[in-house]
Amino acid sequence: MLQKSETLRGYSLLTPTLIIMAIGILVPFGILIAMSFWTQVGFGFDLTPTVANYEMAADRPIYGALIKRSLWMSGMATIATVLLCYPMAYFVAFHVHRNKMMWIVLMTLPFWTSYLLRVFAWKVVLGYDGVINSALLSVGLIDAPLEFLLYSQTAVIITLAHAWAAFAILPMYVSLEKIDRSLLEAATDLGDGPVMRFFRITLPLSLPGVISATLLIFIPTTGDYITPALLGGPDGIMIGNLIQKQFGAVNNWPMGAALAIILMLSIAAIALGFMFSTMFVRRRIT
Amino acid sequence: MTQENAFISIRNVNKFFGKFQAINDVSMDIDHGEFFSLLGSSGCGKTTLLRMLAGFESVSSGEIYIDGQPMSGVPPHHRPVNMVFQNYAIFPHLNVRDNIAYGLRRQKLSRAKRREMVDEMLELIKLPEYGDRKATQLSGGQRQRIALARALILKPKVLLLDEPLGALDKQLREQMQLELRALQRTVGITFVFVTHDQEEALTLSDRIAVMSDGRDLQVDTPTRLYESPVNREVASFIGTMNFFDGTVKSVGSDTAVINVDGLGEITAPACTVSLLAGDRINVAIRPEKFLLTDQKPEGVQNCVKGHLDNAAYLGERSHYYVSVEGISQPVAVSAQNQSRAGGTEDRKRPVWLSWDNAAIVVLKDA
Repeated sequence: MLQKSETLRGYSLLTPTLIIMAIGILVPFGILIAMSFWTQVGFGFDLTPTVANYEMAADRPIYGALIKRSLWMSGMATIATVLLCYPMAYFVAFHVHRNKMMWIVLMTLPFWTSYLLRVFAWKVVLGYDGVINSALLSVGLIDAPLEFLLYSQTAVIITLAHAWAAFAILPMYVSLEKIDRSLLEAATDLGDGPVMRFFRITLPLSLPGVISATLLIFIPTTGDYITPALLGGPDGIMIGNLIQKQFGAVNNWPMGAALAIILMLSIAAIALGFMFSTMFVRRRIT
Repeated sequence: MTQENAFISIRNVNKFFGKFQAINDVSMDIDHGEFFSLLGSSGCGKTTLLRMLAGFESVSSGEIYIDGQPMSGVPPHHRPVNMVFQNYAIFPHLNVRDNIAYGLRRQKLSRAKRREMVDEMLELIKLPEYGDRKATQLSGGQRQRIALARALILKPKVLLLDEPLGALDKQLREQMQLELRALQRTVGITFVFVTHDQEEALTLSDRIAVMSDGRDLQVDTPTRLYESPVNREVASFIGTMNFFDGTVKSVGSDTAVINVDGLGEITAPACTVSLLAGDRINVAIRPEKFLLTDQKPEGVQNCVKGHLDNAAYLGERSHYYVSVEGISQPVAVSAQNQSRAGGTEDRKRPVWLSWDNAAIVVLKDA
């Protein structure tokens, strides 16, 4: 009886969240799925269910190529972010003893400005007349501005990696901070030097943080369209830009919906595969 | 105290944390195969000293030798010692077998040999069926055994134990004490054991170092620590002790006559401290060395009359507090309840206390 009422109370506490989730996520998602089976007719829709949109996505190489490129670019951005942020998180967790909170706040500082501003800032840094090119020119290391810096995949990857850094640092910091220091001492006591100890204790125990950081960055960056639109140039266009165009200039909403669903399924497949492989690796490295 | 060729030799070791001195000029020697305890209240420096033996803390000055080798600058992973941590530090991502085999990785053994050694260890700690359990599925006592096995499998010259029984409940702790002692005899490895529990230290140890404020007060066998403490601090730290003030009246060849406030003139046995007539000193007598009687006893060396102030019946024995004229604190007396229930109900009755000269401990510090 008591247990039942406990469950009931739990659900009633959850209710506002459940309602918001239902209205804000499930309903639009349902509409998106339904729409992906419709056909655009002028400014209206033909509601007869058809898989024509999916067939077109499979037939025309541009869609597959863009999805592949998006996954590749956000994968690169994810790897770069995690590799660059792990040492930072490690440093704060193990070597900062006072004012840890201040360090964490400082690392999230870029997040205090809008995403758009950060992207524009990178445009200034990477541009033809930008900070890097003028610096290298004035030092005399190069004769002409480096053109690959802006309007390229590199530019998009650099910007994404920077923009999402805080999402990588925080979960990795938390999982590193949680590691009992006596475990590290025990490993040392049992004969491990610093490097062995890192690979046998620190890394496996902080793996949950690494996994969540990876997913937290990979999932949203794959569908990002602001950064590629502003910094990508023709080579750096991602699937997000194409989906956005379907809902805008191209005016083919069902096609956009179908592409969004395909993108979502591929991300889900990759994320699941990644999680299973890390679980497997985790069992092996120890 | 100094011995030639001691197995572990701690020489004039100091340790500073900033301005705080955690270890103050400690020197002691530990023999091979000895069960040696560092005993003291929290903050006395016993854990710091243990961590210095393990190599987790550096020595500010002085030197530690293990098996003749100076340990300064030798990192923990190259020292011939292993440690059992206070919280056991069992690796949560490994199963029991991998936890125990953790340190074997460096020895480049065959898979079969390693497995055999782990099985041997599981047998020794009486957990033969637990090899494939996850570390998170273990009870406190089991974790403790695994921490022991993980260290012992490497056959260290010295095993360091940092209050390994502190987290266990009383019954399990007593059982583990016996097992630990038996295990130490089986493997023959030198154990250095840190504890704040005097009873535990007395039960387990061959010798005990009593520490306070970073200094070693006395290093001795359990019997000698209890029966002949060198100063008031040691005497009051181990067990209960009655202290009396007194003045030395005369000093003989192996006895001293002391005028003790409240107890009168007593003849104390030859003692370790040198006395001069006229010295103000401390005399100490353990509660169980007193004999409490209702009538004045006949034919005893010393006796004094008092009033029963308070009594507590503890089953196997009773505690009495007897006020004696001329002594500010009531005298604590402990007696076995051999034939009667101790008569704890009748308070405020006159009683007699008697004791042997041999029960008297003379302490120099007043």
